[in-house]
Amino acid sequence: MIRDYKALLEPLTRLRGVRGAMVVAADDGVVVVDALMDGMKGKALAALAAALASRIVDLSTRASFGSARFIQLQAAEGSLLLVPATEQLLLVTVTGRDVPLGLTRLEMLKAAERMR
Amino acid sequence: MRALEPWVIRPLQDFVSESSARLTLLMTASGQVVAQHGFTGALDLMSAAALGAAIISSSSEIARVMDWPPFRNLVHQGQRQAHYLAWFDTPRGRWIALVVFGTETNLGLVQVFFEQMVEELAAAAPVESPPKEVLAVDFERELNASLRALFGR
Repeated sequence: MIRDYKALLEPLTRLRGVRGAMVVAADDGVVVVDALMDGMKGKALAALAAALASRIVDLSTRASFGSARFIQLQAAEGSLLLVPATEQLLLVTVTGRDVPLGLTRLEMLKAAERMR
Repeated sequence: MRALEPWVIRPLQDFVSESSARLTLLMTASGQVVAQHGFTGALDLMSAAALGAAIISSSSEIARVMDWPPFRNLVHQGQRQAHYLAWFDTPRGRWIALVVFGTETNLGLVQVFFEQMVEELAAAAPVESPPKEVLAVDFERELNASLRALFGR
């Protein structure tokens, strides 16, 4: 289990098109550690991402799909990617358009594994 | 939702709907209620205001004794609900907010929309009129008027 979350985010933020990554407290929606491009509203993003993840995890469980492993919100200008890494922590990545989403997803799942 | 001054209602309404707060109380630093959402009893409201103001006052005193900058907010996290208590400056002086929220929202959202409400209140506040002298004869009438405004009775 890794505790240096800042170092954990580095491989993610080096990927092409990634605008930032954060570890967020899942229940509180508060930023634990972030590596974001200037001008990104980390606090708001963390809060909204945690609220979204909480509802999706709830939905997934109620629908008997099991707990959600990876959540992708794709919009016209970019994507919000979420991985519930532990019961308490959520890994959040924000990307622009035209990014290698498969590679980003793989890196996020690897990072989440190191957090467990 | 009730407020002593109408310009407070819109920012408070936005905050309550966006943050999904269960109860919200805005008061002056001395504990005088300015606006409230969700409280049903005058006694609960007045007790919450007095306790909230006292907590802010005592935590500010702790910070002063320790030579720290004053704490801006406090969070009491419970299992099913939490209290967020914060002070902020408005054109009408220092105010305190007490927000009670549950598992339908989270602390981050409450903080984000709270900061937005503080900005909206600052923008909406009318230019300060000179304070009028409070006479004993007016006090009871004003107190009753405030309670009517806050509870509609």
